Amino acid sequence: MTIAPEAPHATHRRREFTDNDGHPVGYGRMLRKEDPRFVRGQGKYVDDVVLPGMLHLAILRSPVAHARILSIDTSAAEAHPKVKAVVTGADLAKQGLAWMPTLSNDVQAVLVTDKVRFQGQEVAFVVAEDRYSARDALELIDVEYDVLPAVADVRNALAPDAPVIRDDLDGKKDNHCFDWETGDEAATAKVFDEAQVKVTQDMVYPRVHPAPMETCGCVADFERVAGKLTLWCTSQAPHAHRTLYALVAGIPEHKIRVISPDIGGGFGNKVPIYPGYVCSVVASIVTGKPVKWMEDRAENLISTGFARDYVMRGEIAATKDGRIQAIRTNVLADHGAFNGTAAPVKYPAGFFGVFTGSYDLDAAYCKMTAVYTNKAPGGVAYACSFRITEAVYLVERLVDCLAYELKMDPAELRRKNFIRPEQFPYTTQTGWVYDSGEYERTLDKAMELADYAGLRREQAQRREHGELMGIGMSFFTEAVGAGPRKDMDILGLGMADGCELRVHPTGKAVVRLSVQSQGQGHETTFAQIVAEELGIPPEDIDVVHGDTDNTPFGLGTYGSRSTPVSGAAAALVARKVRDKARIIASGMLECSIADLEWEKGSFHVTGDPTQSVTIQDIAMRAHGAGDLPEGLEAQICYNPENLTYPFGCYICVVDVDPGTAVVKVRKFVAVDDCGTQINPMIIEGQVQGGCAEGVGMALMQMIAFDEDGNCLSASFMDYLIPTALEVPHWINGSTVTPSPHHPIGAKGVGESATVGSPPAVVNAVIDALAPFGIRHADMPLTPSRVWDAMQGHPTPSF
Amino acid sequence: MRLSTTVNGEPVIREIEPRTLLVHFLRDDLGLTGTHWGCDTSNCGTCVVWLDGEPVKSCTVLAAMTGGHEVRTVESLEKDGVLDPVQQGFMECHGLQCGFCTPGMLMTARALLDRDPDPSEATIREAISGQICRCTGYTSIVHSVQWAADHPAGAPGDTVAAEDAAADEPAPQPVGGAS
Repeated sequence: MTIAPEAPHATHRRREFTDNDGHPVGYGRMLRKEDPRFVRGQGKYVDDVVLPGMLHLAILRSPVAHARILSIDTSAAEAHPKVKAVVTGADLAKQGLAWMPTLSNDVQAVLVTDKVRFQGQEVAFVVAEDRYSARDALELIDVEYDVLPAVADVRNALAPDAPVIRDDLDGKKDNHCFDWETGDEAATAKVFDEAQVKVTQDMVYPRVHPAPMETCGCVADFERVAGKLTLWCTSQAPHAHRTLYALVAGIPEHKIRVISPDIGGGFGNKVPIYPGYVCSVVASIVTGKPVKWMEDRAENLISTGFARDYVMRGEIAATKDGRIQAIRTNVLADHGAFNGTAAPVKYPAGFFGVFTGSYDLDAAYCKMTAVYTNKAPGGVAYACSFRITEAVYLVERLVDCLAYELKMDPAELRRKNFIRPEQFPYTTQTGWVYDSGEYERTLDKAMELADYAGLRREQAQRREHGELMGIGMSFFTEAVGAGPRKDMDILGLGMADGCELRVHPTGKAVVRLSVQSQGQGHETTFAQIVAEELGIPPEDIDVVHGDTDNTPFGLGTYGSRSTPVSGAAAALVARKVRDKARIIASGMLECSIADLEWEKGSFHVTGDPTQSVTIQDIAMRAHGAGDLPEGLEAQICYNPENLTYPFGCYICVVDVDPGTAVVKVRKFVAVDDCGTQINPMIIEGQVQGGCAEGVGMALMQMIAFDEDGNCLSASFMDYLIPTALEVPHWINGSTVTPSPHHPIGAKGVGESATVGSPPAVVNAVIDALAPFGIRHADMPLTPSRVWDAMQGHPTPSF
Repeated sequence: MRLSTTVNGEPVIREIEPRTLLVHFLRDDLGLTGTHWGCDTSNCGTCVVWLDGEPVKSCTVLAAMTGGHEVRTVESLEKDGVLDPVQQGFMECHGLQCGFCTPGMLMTARALLDRDPDPSEATIREAISGQICRCTGYTSIVHSVQWAADHPAGAPGDTVAAEDAAADEPAPQPVGGAS
């Protein structure tokens, strides 16, 4: 073994080891354990699951957004020789399964019983012998619709004459969903009344869709004799799903096994329970056979969890010399036809309350109104850390608007207003307790990596030649790692995560997690966490996840919560095992526990390193003969005491073609601080992927609707996703400010870049358009929108 | 109809429906699930395989069109237990996360390197521009293909030492930020 020098960010005494193959024993840049199967095409995704006698399910979806169903004739479909069952909402209603709860305590139709409320809504399903026949039979179902006027524009939803979408709810006479506020309205008003400078900016964060490469689907297998349901499912939260199936379908929870195999990307899209899953379970129960359902891309885009759709008015108050005093915002939130937001129950707007950003303010206030529209349900999805994407976009655009009005450099305006390191833990004006931060260091590093001063000089020169070069910055603070349980639950399930660790007699280990990877590399990262604590090489540690029969309970992977919550659980369970190992070691070395010193991977007698036993020796002894404590295993549940607050500074450089208004992202620097780093390679990878998504949202991606509620972005021909040609060569950097309350000082990072990058890109485009006197234009900044902005029409109608 | 084709060097004869898409034929009839399906519109490229040595999107090729021709899938890249350098490159340079787009990317990368052993970054980006990856942001995929170009004979086994991987990366960032 070789011993590397002490890592500069180490917060406690530890050494970096590498084993003979060069793998770190603990934290460090280590190649991923899951990759050998993926590069061979041997990943096992839901659609790869094939069971004997398996049938295929296809869903008939409404072609219109709002309509009463007058009749459904399924007789021709039922007569199809390969069809085994055709099921409508009326059939489900007889079993009490036509409606299901959403993650926000609303209800959603599994299959339509009364009326269609969004285009693409589930109307009926067919089960057939193969996937082509199932699709064929959909064509044979005859549905008569009485089409109603639709509410497609959120700004019309509360009009007195707007059609009422949710007439299924008792006494519902309008499309109001909920009101929510945070902060101090009066104190904020007072600051605004007296402020020297006030800037108001309307902005829209349009509806987008995560569009993971693998669509949603499942294989349901109900064994009648055992009464046991096994569900292979594209789920980011298998345990939460199991509990909800038990509550919805009435199957006892111990008779349900949810397996999330390899998942082809999630980004929040695979958090909710979709009608297709429930239909598949019903289909398997009805037919007595395993049933597979895989949606196609159009179904994925039009019916599954969307994201954003916030219409925001932002106001910022400051002194003339650029001290930001207050931020106020009024938000109109489009929640679609059913409130399917996945967020902790007490947080109907997710964590939007962190809209005060990275700045030390005197006051802040937000008032939000959420409404129903004739669009797909969802509301929190797409790597947003529970609405922090919207919050960060709001504050980072507002700061740039203020810089524009004050004619100040946006970087210096941010620097002047940062929460200072000595103010942490810092309670924001909306009540969030930021755990740690050293923002200026991160800003400096990003400006240095980007050569900010040089870029500004270059920009000045280019402007003299009529070139439109823009430099945009964002500085974000995230809030990730939900719970604690006392504050955060989803449908009553507290947001905590379990972890179980067993060390086998030969010193190999298995760690079982409640969270589920959709590409984040948990099999590597969590092995490294345990390796760091126990000194067992990560390749000797197997990580089991995504199977409710074989892992402890927990809430799953979304909101960047795996490392903050489950990572903490993995570290603590390993320490618990180490404590037991210490007892065994004291017996083996015939000394008192107090006389033992731990050096990664072994205990030795204080003052005599030759008297030592390795963790592998201890593991064998723990399972051997004698009277030492038996076994070497432990289980815990980690309930976080607070969220973790990663942050970062992103700098984007764009060139706008003055003739075509095409935006080209030329350079992008991302400096992230997610506390202690477990595997920097994986962190950089996640940041780079998130930056690409952010460029997509800023420049290309939008789920658009016409006035009748027809989705205009139902394929990858219409919903444009960045390819390798639209994104730059990413430049990453990092600083390390450990979380003080997390056992290993780590914070989440999976969504930092999707949160931080869109405002950086938009700020850059607006900066490029400065010669046109433009302060804001709405995403996505497509050539036509940028062109409109250059002609003096920066705010498109939706 | 009866289809007679060659898949990964093996002759295959099967009764199929004429409308069967190649991607479904490979996955459902032959059990070659390394080829994935991601859209219906030839946009995402997760279904890329080779038809007579050329990358094609198998969601828009009828299986019947491969009669008398030769299909190659990701399962054929590993030979005699030795990974293709592009497979090694993707592991070395973290060119994948969820792994769903990876088989298609690998097939395109191999085809590119077969006709251009030393492609520029722009050429690599152009080559994979018909394919979507939602996880990586593409830079690491570019690095992966460059790694394969730089190591035409690959490296022994699945992996080489992590230090080599770090040394191969254009600009490895320090772990810590205090320095």
